[in-house]
Amino acid sequence: MIGYFQEIFTGLWSLFVGMSISFKEFFSPVVTVEYPYETVTMAPRFRGHIDLVPDENGATKCVLCMACERACPSGCITIEGEKKEGEKKKTLTLYQLDFTRCSLCGCCVEACNFEAIDFSKEYNLASTRKEDFYFDLLKRLQEKRQ
Amino acid sequence: MNFSLTLFNVVVAVIIIVAFVAMNAAYLVWAERRGAGRIQRRPGPNINGPFGLFQPPLDGLKLMAKQLLVPGGADKVLFAAAPVLAMFPAITSFVTIPFSDTLVAHNINVGLLCVFAFAALGSMSILFAGWSSHNKYAMMAAVRAISQSVAYEIPMLITVITVVMISGSLDLREIVRQQSGNIFHWNIFPLLGNSHNLLMPFSFLIFFICSLAETNRAPFDLSEEESVLVAGYHIEYGSMGFGLFFMGEYANIVVGTSLATLLFLGGWACPFGLFPGVWWFLIKVYALIATIIWIRWTFPRSTIYSLLNLSWKILIPLSLVNLLLTAGLLKVF
Ligand code: SF4
Ligand code: SF4
Repeated sequence: MIGYFQEIFTGLWSLFVGMSISFKEFFSPVVTVEYPYETVTMAPRFRGHIDLVPDENGATKCVLCMACERACPSGCITIEGEKKEGEKKKTLTLYQLDFTRCSLCGCCVEACNFEAIDFSKEYNLASTRKEDFYFDLLKRLQEKRQ
Repeated sequence: MNFSLTLFNVVVAVIIIVAFVAMNAAYLVWAERRGAGRIQRRPGPNINGPFGLFQPPLDGLKLMAKQLLVPGGADKVLFAAAPVLAMFPAITSFVTIPFSDTLVAHNINVGLLCVFAFAALGSMSILFAGWSSHNKYAMMAAVRAISQSVAYEIPMLITVITVVMISGSLDLREIVRQQSGNIFHWNIFPLLGNSHNLLMPFSFLIFFICSLAETNRAPFDLSEEESVLVAGYHIEYGSMGFGLFFMGEYANIVVGTSLATLLFLGGWACPFGLFPGVWWFLIKVYALIATIIWIRWTFPRSTIYSLLNLSWKILIPLSLVNLLLTAGLLKVF
């Protein structure tokens, strides 16, 4: 009999404890971000798709060693370059990333000895067409420069 | 009596009551969503209009734009009747619920009985919806709703009897008149005032728990348990059929809290004995509704077994003991 009333009492008490907690939460500030109107800054270690890193002049640091293309386990990276008249080195003409197959493993970033590529902070990626995910990274770099 | 004048009065009363119930139902949804948001530390609907106040009418428009579908194998008459029946008891209950000493559509001297008679129809709408939908989840929900309604109607009515014994009347206006004055005269206050009221806070607690269960509110909303019954009794309803069920839930909450206010919290009496009037009634009703919303977003849903155990093993015995002790108090003092 005592146990019966004790159970009722402790049960009821726990309800009031719960209600006091949600009462406190009610008056605490909002913690969510109203996404399309506000955005959070991405964490430094966030891995978006890879992107070419510009040097001081905004040009690419890539020297076309092809280490990244070889390192990529999924074969996402296609690099093309040509030797221009009067220049010693090749210049980059195409750096294409097939993001549909990329697993964001980071092997390409690790393989590059010239710090020419890094993860971007891009996360707003949505499309109904597969073609939208073949990124021309060189073009992105040039657009960024302008 | 002049017939056309009576007719005019009836039409005006009906319009006011329907508008009151519908506005309350619509804006309590908003209040609920904002309150839920705050408790979960997020803003809640705040895009449409200032503080998201245009959300309920826009939701209504969206629901009305949807097609009304009747599932194959459904009982068409009952299927159509169920959502109407969800709103109907709340609206008819307000005919006899007094808002103040003078503001009542039609006072009858068994008003309390009348409200309970109509409120019992509420579970019929769930039964009809579940039965007619030709859907096993809806059927299970209907079965749950009826067993829940049977279980909680008993302790609720027994506790209401304690109030009726003390005030000696079924007339809601008379019950409130006896509590007029400051907070010490209200039925819920056990000391200083009426010595018969010694167990009234306890009665209020039982009544409040039962009214939560009777209106199918969390943590007792077993008949719309998404995780088990998909959506429960309104699974086959779309468009305004669903809208009416949704509004009916809130309208019933307004009826339940109005009754709690009239029976225990002194109705339109002011806590300090100043300016009694309809505003005090509304303040108390909305304070109780806020508590109900607060409860919903604090506790998880219980299970059907613990729900029935709570009623049959705890609330019914306790309310019977409460009834006996109150009868004893009435005899002794
Ligand atoms: S992150 Fe991995 S999969 Fe993606 S391009 Fe680089 S190496 Fe390939
Ligand atoms: S590893 Fe670096 S430098 Fe070499 S091709 Fe790739 S991006 Fe260019």
